[in-house]
Amino acid sequence: MNLSDHLPAFLVMIPLLGAFLTPLAASFGKTVRSVFFVLFMSLILLTGISICASTFGGNILVYVMGAENFSLTLPSGMSYPVRILFEIDAAGALMILCVAIAAFAGALFSVAYMDRFSGWKRFMALYFLLSAGALGMCATGDLFNFFVFVEVSSIASFGLVAFWRDKPEAIEAGFKYMLVSQIAAMLLLIAIGTLYGKYNAVNMGALSSMMRYGTLERIVLAILISVLAFKCGAFPIHTWMPDAYAETPSGVTCLLVTVSQASFYGLIRVCFSLFPGIAGGGMVAWILIVLGCMSMFFGVLMAVVQHEIKRLMGYHSISQVGYMLLAMGVGLLALGNGEKMAEYGLTAMKGGLFHVMNYSFYKALLFLCAGALYYATGTRDLDKMGGLARNMPWTAGMFVIAASAISGLPPFNGFMSKWMIYESSFAVHPILPAVAMITSVLTLASFAKVFQAAFLGPAKADFVAVREVPAFMLAGMAVLTVMTLLLTLFPGWFTGNLFEKAAEALLNQRGYIDAVLGGM
Amino acid sequence: MKPLSVIVTSICDVFAWFMIVFGVYVINNGHNTPGGGFQGGAIVATFLSFMLVAYGGKRFFAWARAGVYGFLEFVGLAAFFVFGCFGFPRSFFFNSLAIPLGGQVLSEWIPYCGTISLMNVAVGFEVVGALSLVVIEMYESIHMIDTGAGMGGERGHDRFDR
Amino acid sequence: MTDSIVRTLDSVGNASYFVVALLAVMALFAVVTQKNMIKICISIAILGSSVNLFLVLLGYRHGGEIPIYFLKGAAETMVLPTPQCLTLTAIVIALATTALMLSLIILLHKHYGTLDIDEIRRLRG
Repeated sequence: MNLSDHLPAFLVMIPLLGAFLTPLAASFGKTVRSVFFVLFMSLILLTGISICASTFGGNILVYVMGAENFSLTLPSGMSYPVRILFEIDAAGALMILCVAIAAFAGALFSVAYMDRFSGWKRFMALYFLLSAGALGMCATGDLFNFFVFVEVSSIASFGLVAFWRDKPEAIEAGFKYMLVSQIAAMLLLIAIGTLYGKYNAVNMGALSSMMRYGTLERIVLAILISVLAFKCGAFPIHTWMPDAYAETPSGVTCLLVTVSQASFYGLIRVCFSLFPGIAGGGMVAWILIVLGCMSMFFGVLMAVVQHEIKRLMGYHSISQVGYMLLAMGVGLLALGNGEKMAEYGLTAMKGGLFHVMNYSFYKALLFLCAGALYYATGTRDLDKMGGLARNMPWTAGMFVIAASAISGLPPFNGFMSKWMIYESSFAVHPILPAVAMITSVLTLASFAKVFQAAFLGPAKADFVAVREVPAFMLAGMAVLTVMTLLLTLFPGWFTGNLFEKAAEALLNQRGYIDAVLGGM
Repeated sequence: MKPLSVIVTSICDVFAWFMIVFGVYVINNGHNTPGGGFQGGAIVATFLSFMLVAYGGKRFFAWARAGVYGFLEFVGLAAFFVFGCFGFPRSFFFNSLAIPLGGQVLSEWIPYCGTISLMNVAVGFEVVGALSLVVIEMYESIHMIDTGAGMGGERGHDRFDR
Repeated sequence: MTDSIVRTLDSVGNASYFVVALLAVMALFAVVTQKNMIKICISIAILGSSVNLFLVLLGYRHGGEIPIYFLKGAAETMVLPTPQCLTLTAIVIALATTALMLSLIILLHKHYGTLDIDEIRRLRG
């Protein structure tokens, strides 16, 4: 048996096996469960890296669950693509890499962070299921399967948001998130069912090869875009995001950030591979651009007035999602027009995907820093903190790196991805980069305030005895810091080898279809 | 929860055991009739609800233990995973035990289903355990509210002492 | 399936889709207007059921029998099995979410002492 043939299956199998074995591992005490947790997460990371290595060469991995062929051939000779299918191209592999690294860092962090709380068994099982759901969303090639993975990750995240169940706010945030998320999931299922009713298939490759654009398809696309934009936290229905991000244990928030990125991946996959004829070049692209600008601007406006560190970062997440929506909207606007695509479309998409990866790393790092502050001081209120840079030098240093990256200060990776987005959106309309730059300035102001309030200034009497957080938490943060610095130091290599390949894979609809239907 | 009247307990006595037998039938025939692991497991799990409603918590937990259901859930999930791995040289979940179409068929009433029926049994175990645990956890959370006994001995997360 | 049922189903035509739409709109309306959390939970369950009904209806074929090869008898057509698989999966997911939602409501009631969703507002701004 050739292991490399089964990589896509391992991607979901390993976290599921981890979740199933958790009750056993958790009953053997602290050391065994920590080793088990970190070991399984590093296995997932290894699988993710191997998948990247085999897809960035340009080939598309197709894996069929439970059979060798994806289609069922009836005795009459007719064949239907009905089986459960995984299809990973370069864009999917990029998202898988983001999720795997963030999940690994969050697991390292949680080993120490969750140590003094009870309920380890449930925490570990839900964490594994959440990573399985997020990885599955990036790997699947089948719309219904996408819905199943969305639900797996949603149910696990409801449990994790409400994890501290003796805390009223946590339960409230979990309930709120659940309410809107369930309605969205049901609408998603209605859209998928409608497509199934018309084309007798839920396989994305088969669907996009059969697609004829009419009114029904437009309605379905509208539902899909609104649902997935909600799941990734875009402006009109964003209120669940700061609540859920603030109340979750920090190691999990780090993973929730990438789960929202997986929904974003679903959105761009639907636009570029399923409905390029409707989504490209017209109204849908402008809707995404406007949504992006509004999320960016209003997210940061709400963030600057916050006093609670994790809620503040939650509002910044909304504004960062806005950048990606803007970039993908600009890319969609140029879709189908080779001249425009070469002029600004490809740059926008590369910038957007670059920003996806940047955001997953520095935002996750910021949430881990906030968790470290909470762990050390026991408060999340910025007004009560002060002078912590003396007590926690490592945390302060990593916070500075992440905050400079998110604010787009020139040498850091955040600046480069934002620069690509400014450059390309300027070609569409000069007001778009203006909004983006104002957002960037406000982000800088907001994080300068956080840094000043938490780390600088005179030492507070309450926090004299505060020490640096345990080594495992620092290790989790260090993983993300190293990734941020790598992206800062070698942007050219990453752009040429990862983001450009991923953008080309998204644009190559024919290749995506042929990888599935090649034999038909 | 207090025990209900003698009429309810007698009827529940009869029906609860019938539900187990019927649920096991549904699980075992999942591969060739409508039904299967989840549906049958849900039917079997009604046993616990019947007993809990009829006899009340104190009497019920004197002879049933939540750990048993946790064990059932674990065994079911692990077995499901192992059966999935049976197909491995080909692909995950591949039905390697099934006799292919056109092979020798012994009886036209019992089709060969391979790992599907084994998986039904595994899922049945899992669902029995999980649904029973859900009911038990819900019952215990009501009980916590009634007696004001905190959240099951968990340490305070919001206002922990440094 | 007896002939009379087939005739009845054929005579209603697309009216069954109308029922699905009605159920879904009713559920969405109730989610927005109701204040009681238990009622909101019930409306989300109704929304889920309407989606499941929709999926099953998609697989219906005129005069179709159950899609099990050796139980269908002499019938020529079978209804589509795929939507039924999708529905089963959706039902399992809906069961899990409903159970979780009810558990959260129990905890919320313990913390806040009310089921009114307007009074549960500690997270603001």
